[in-house]
This record gives sequence, structure tokens and C-alpha cells, in this order.
Amino acid sequence: MDYSNTQTICPFCGCGCALNLEVVDGEIVGVLPANDHPVGRGSLCIKGWNAHSFVQHEDRLKTPLIREDGDLREASWEEALELVADKLGSIKSEHGPDAVGVLASAKCTNEENYLLQKFSRAVIGTNNVDHCARL
Amino acid sequence: MIQEIRDLVSEKLKKLDGVVALRKTDQGTAPTLFQEGDDVSQLVLEPRYPVAKTVSKLQKRFKDAKFGVVARGCDTRALVEMVKRHQIDPDRLYIVGMACSEEQAETCYCAEPAPDLDPWPEADLVGDPVPGAPPNPMVAEYENLSREERWDFWNQQFTKCIKCYGCRDICPVCFCDACSLEDPLWVEPGLLVPDFPMYHLIKAMHMTTRCVACRQCETACPAGIPLTVLYDLIRKDVGNLIGYIPGADADSGPPLSLTLADAPIDSELAK
Repeated sequence: MDYSNTQTICPFCGCGCALNLEVVDGEIVGVLPANDHPVGRGSLCIKGWNAHSFVQHEDRLKTPLIREDGDLREASWEEALELVADKLGSIKSEHGPDAVGVLASAKCTNEENYLLQKFSRAVIGTNNVDHCARL
Repeated sequence: MIQEIRDLVSEKLKKLDGVVALRKTDQGTAPTLFQEGDDVSQLVLEPRYPVAKTVSKLQKRFKDAKFGVVARGCDTRALVEMVKRHQIDPDRLYIVGMACSEEQAETCYCAEPAPDLDPWPEADLVGDPVPGAPPNPMVAEYENLSREERWDFWNQQFTKCIKCYGCRDICPVCFCDACSLEDPLWVEPGLLVPDFPMYHLIKAMHMTTRCVACRQCETACPAGIPLTVLYDLIRKDVGNLIGYIPGADADSGPPLSLTLADAPIDSELAK
């Protein structure tokens, strides 16, 4: 028998509101706002209030999936990343680097977004970098 | 006061399955279920959370367990309303009633800052009860407005709504699995700003005879809508019309779930 709250940051937008995940016997059952946190100050939007619902959802993907002959099959991260790298490489050599666009995230850290734009510009060679807040 | 509550909780934990109270760690403060052997020095009394809802959730999940809860005046009122609606079993609940300070009462415009423990089979009061604080001055200002001005006031306020459902989710006496506010018959899905006045008046209507004036909806509202100005006036009307004060009296059932045969409406006021 166990009930506790774990404070974390909302996984959705870039505001960074804190929220509490209500956990009963290891199962996430709900969300409470973080009333003593300086960002949200006890408020959440509808996404934050429902941030618990996907975590243990049965439809959640647990491994990468690769589509072959129209069907998805489970794959390892190594295989999936290699496939992505191969495809990006072949698109670049066939159609040029500007055939590739990169979408970053408002939810990533500055450092992660810096790396992503660096990857786009220096490795792929395109300035086509945008972010989820404009999607 | 806090040490007294911690000592009492430690003592009671020897017999109870757990006590719902706020725990402060380096992660922040939130409700938790303290159990025997837990570090009660982490137990704190601020900020407020809807603990009545937590108690209900835990009682439904652990059907044989007996819990305790550290509760303020507003929490005990919410617990009373939840008992009436069969969401909490009072015989499986021990209450540490915490008398709020004058400052806390003023912050909440709370008329009843001390918990009423008479209805509860097992309860202890900690702290010295203080008198009720003056009501929110916005209520009196609002009452001076004409009907048209009132309409404009709420139209302006509710235009700020971002439809987060936070006022419902934080409410210690909202518990339905199926909510009218998510029923496409009443509330059009995907529409932002939600329909005025339908969306908010459904909520207000459902708060009638239920709102215990804890004001947690207002503090949780990201848009700063003064919801309790509306709910205070509804409480006042319900009090005047049928003499019902939510959370005050464990013996009288929720009026909207009963016949009004024994509670005739004051015909003068109902006009």
C-alpha cells in the first residue's frame, strides 16, 4: 500500500510548469499541480492536467518500429538509427541537403536544440531548422 | 502546532494504515500517505491541496484500510460533502483537524477557518480556532452591479478561460467519472473559448449545494477568473432559500439528491 506524488516537469510545451504525478502502488493515477513551484504556481493547462495518461498507456510504443512492405515490425534502436542515417544520407546525395528539414522542440534543453541545429547545418548542410511551437 | 501534529500522526500511525498529509522534500510539497516508520519531520501544512479527494481515492482502492488525514476547516467540509455522496466512509477515517491561523483565514477569505469535528467518529483538533475572516470584497462590489453589468462582468471574465478543466480537477467535491463538461451534448468539443455562459454555468450549477468555499478552483485557475465570487453568491442563495450550508452539517442530506418536501423554499425569496 503506497500513495505518493512525484514532482516532475510537464512533458509538453516549453513553459516548464512543474506537476505532481500521483502514484498508487507504482501506478500513475493522476496529476496534481505543484502549488509551491515558481513557474506554474499551482496552475496547469489541459495538457498538464492530463500528462499522466500516456505514461503507462497500452498503446505506447516501447521499441522503434520499421515499416516493411506496408507493415510495421519491431526493431532495435541500433537498426532504426542506422536506417534513418542511411536514408538521410541518400536523400542528401540524391536531392541535395535542402531536401531535408529538421524540427526541434520547445521542450528540449538549449543544449539539445543547439546540437540539433548544429547537426542540421554542419552534418546535413541545411538551414531548414524549425521548432514545434510553430507547428 | 506543526510539532504537535507530527507527534499525533506518529502516534496514530501505530494503529492506522496510513495518514494523508503534505510531505515536503527537495522535490517540492504534495500530498502523500505517511505510514508507520516514515519520516514525519517531512510533514508540513502548506500549501493547500484537495486532500478529501485523495482520501476518497485511497478508500476506494484499499477497501479494508483505515486512514487518517490532516485536514483544515475547508477539508473537513469537503469530507462531509463527500460522505453524504457516498464517496468516503467516515468509519474508516480518523481526522487530525488543524485550526488555521488568522493570516491563513484572511488569505482564503474563510468564514469557518476551524474544522468542525463533531460529525466525525474519531478526530482531534490541533491549534487554537480563530474567528472567520471578512468575505472577499469583490462579492459586495459585484452585488452593486446591475443585471447588464453582471452579464458583462462574467462575459469578460469567462472569455479568459482556456478550458483546462483545472477548476473541476482540483475541486475536492468533484468526483463523477462521467462529467457533463466533457459531454458533446452540452459542451462543444474543440471550441475555445468555451461557450458563454453554458460551460461555466454547468459547473456553477453542479457546485450548488456542494461548494464548500475552499477556493482551490480560483487558485488553480491559470486565467485568474474569480470563480468564488459566483460560488459565494450561490452558497448565499442556497442558504437563504433552503437553509442548506454545504459541509456544515453531516446529518442533512444533499438537497438536490432529495425531495424538497421537508425543506420548503421560502416563497418570498424565490420570486
